[in-house]
Amino acid sequence: MARWGLVIVAIYALVALVTPLLLWAGWLPDPNAGLDNPIYASPSLQHWCGTDRLGRDVCVRTLQGSGVALQVVLLAVALALVIGVPLGMVSGYLGGAVDRCLVLLMDTLYTLPVLLLSVVLAFLLGRGIPNAAAALCVVYVPQYFRVVRNQTAQVKAELFVEAARSLGAGPVWILRKYLLRNVITSVPVLVTLNSADAVLVLGGLGFLGLGLPETVPEWGGDLNLALAAVPTGIWWTALYPGLAMFVLVLGLSFLGEGLEAWVSSGDAPSG
Amino acid sequence: MARGRELLRYGATRLALAPVMLWLISSLVFLLLRVAPGDPVDAVLGSRAPAAAKALLRERLGLDMPLSDQYIDFINRLLHGDLGAALINQEPVRQIIADALPASLELSITALTLAAVSGLAVGFSGIARPEGKLDLAGRFYGIGTYALPPFWVAMLLQLLFAVILGWLPVGGRFPPSLVPPSGSGFLILDSILSGDWVALNGAVRHLALPACTLGLLLSGVFTNALRLNLRRALRSDYVEAARSRGLSESQVVLRHALPNALLPVLTIAGITVASLIGGALLIEVTFSWPGIALRLQESINQRDYPVVQGIVVVIAALVVMVSVFVDLLVATLDPRVRY
Repeated sequence: MARWGLVIVAIYALVALVTPLLLWAGWLPDPNAGLDNPIYASPSLQHWCGTDRLGRDVCVRTLQGSGVALQVVLLAVALALVIGVPLGMVSGYLGGAVDRCLVLLMDTLYTLPVLLLSVVLAFLLGRGIPNAAAALCVVYVPQYFRVVRNQTAQVKAELFVEAARSLGAGPVWILRKYLLRNVITSVPVLVTLNSADAVLVLGGLGFLGLGLPETVPEWGGDLNLALAAVPTGIWWTALYPGLAMFVLVLGLSFLGEGLEAWVSSGDAPSG
Repeated sequence: MARGRELLRYGATRLALAPVMLWLISSLVFLLLRVAPGDPVDAVLGSRAPAAAKALLRERLGLDMPLSDQYIDFINRLLHGDLGAALINQEPVRQIIADALPASLELSITALTLAAVSGLAVGFSGIARPEGKLDLAGRFYGIGTYALPPFWVAMLLQLLFAVILGWLPVGGRFPPSLVPPSGSGFLILDSILSGDWVALNGAVRHLALPACTLGLLLSGVFTNALRLNLRRALRSDYVEAARSRGLSESQVVLRHALPNALLPVLTIAGITVASLIGGALLIEVTFSWPGIALRLQESINQRDYPVVQGIVVVIAALVVMVSVFVDLLVATLDPRVRY
């Protein structure tokens, strides 16, 4: 299963890299130029996935969407990592009142429905790639915090940390040298699974008219435009962007599950 | 005896923590809306609005007061159940939420029931032969339903059942040609109570597609939870003991493993409710279902930020209450839970 996940994610990454090159070389039409095309044309040899309400090519927009999605999601998860991991380590290492306050705050954030939280943030931050990434990252910070904090609290009591401390190592040294390496192993699984989730949340934001600017071809935003055409039976504007999103999330989930099985068993990933 | 007292103590701390979490969430929403880089006034009027208009709105919203005064005012109003008024038409936010909540609850409860029944059935069907075809199908079902973008499934089902086949309405909650029955706001319940079968038919036909979509999306969570817990339970010592006593396999599964596997599923169901709200947000928009999430989306588009604030606080409060309730329920049912 992990192998399939890896293949799917690799294909998306490839598409994300190649599409801008093809656009630049002029082999693919501009995803935002559409006024020359017929509107709502059904799939044909000229436009493989048809055209949308503004006559834009659905196929090109869907292809370019993979680059957009991967970019925002990677940025969001990286941000969450950079904030959540150190915060979790410090909180777990220090303990006491600071720890208890941070845990309560993070638990509260964690209780909130993911989409609700990012909707509010995206509403406030406005549209843009960094803004959307920031709105997404807040959702995932508590998850890294929880995992890393609990592990740090556990590892802190181990003998080798005790030994380092008695040799005169300071807290920063201990955190960096001894705790980070022990704690960081559980992070890759979380990164993969969170990326899968973040693709869906980003799509949800786009569907609600939040997140990215209108000129950026994003699957959720395109699906929102497609919604108005559903009662007339136009299916191609709805099918392809959603399918692209579904398969990417599926791939990331497979990859995450495979990694999880691998980390927990210590064996090579199967199937 | 000691257990009873322990349970009471756990319940008391859990209940005492709930208001703290509610206070934290509302403070967080308050702070976010004021301290975050986006200016609420800009969000309402747009950043290029004239300075005088901005100042006027700032005063009307009380944003010209010092932050501490605003905060005390906000919490004070919240304690009295006052969530402010909509910018668009001055309608009290409390009224807006009270009008929209029954529609959301009707959809959520139906969807959750459908999800639990179908998800548990799929999860249970694979148990006879672990790693067999049915079991593997259950595993894919769990991941697959999770990976489906909610609004996409909703649109495909709309296309199939409403547009191509024409069996069900595309969206809305009630036939526009009929007068909805009055009462609790739960249209199905109201139509049954008033004996209005035409209205009941209309309400059920409108509910069918959104509820099935949301139910399908959530059912995978139940499938996964049951599969994992049932497998763990079947490997445990007490199941081994039951088998060695000569009980039949079906008795072992139904009487011994299943009850133990269902308890964690209950906890998962509680967490699902939170994601239900996220999913409902998108489903309601896709089906124009006039619930609290559709109102939230409308007020986001209208930049009506008192309504956004009110709805977020209320939804968060509901989520916290449900999670406390589920924790207490599990603690009462499961003698092994340690506090």
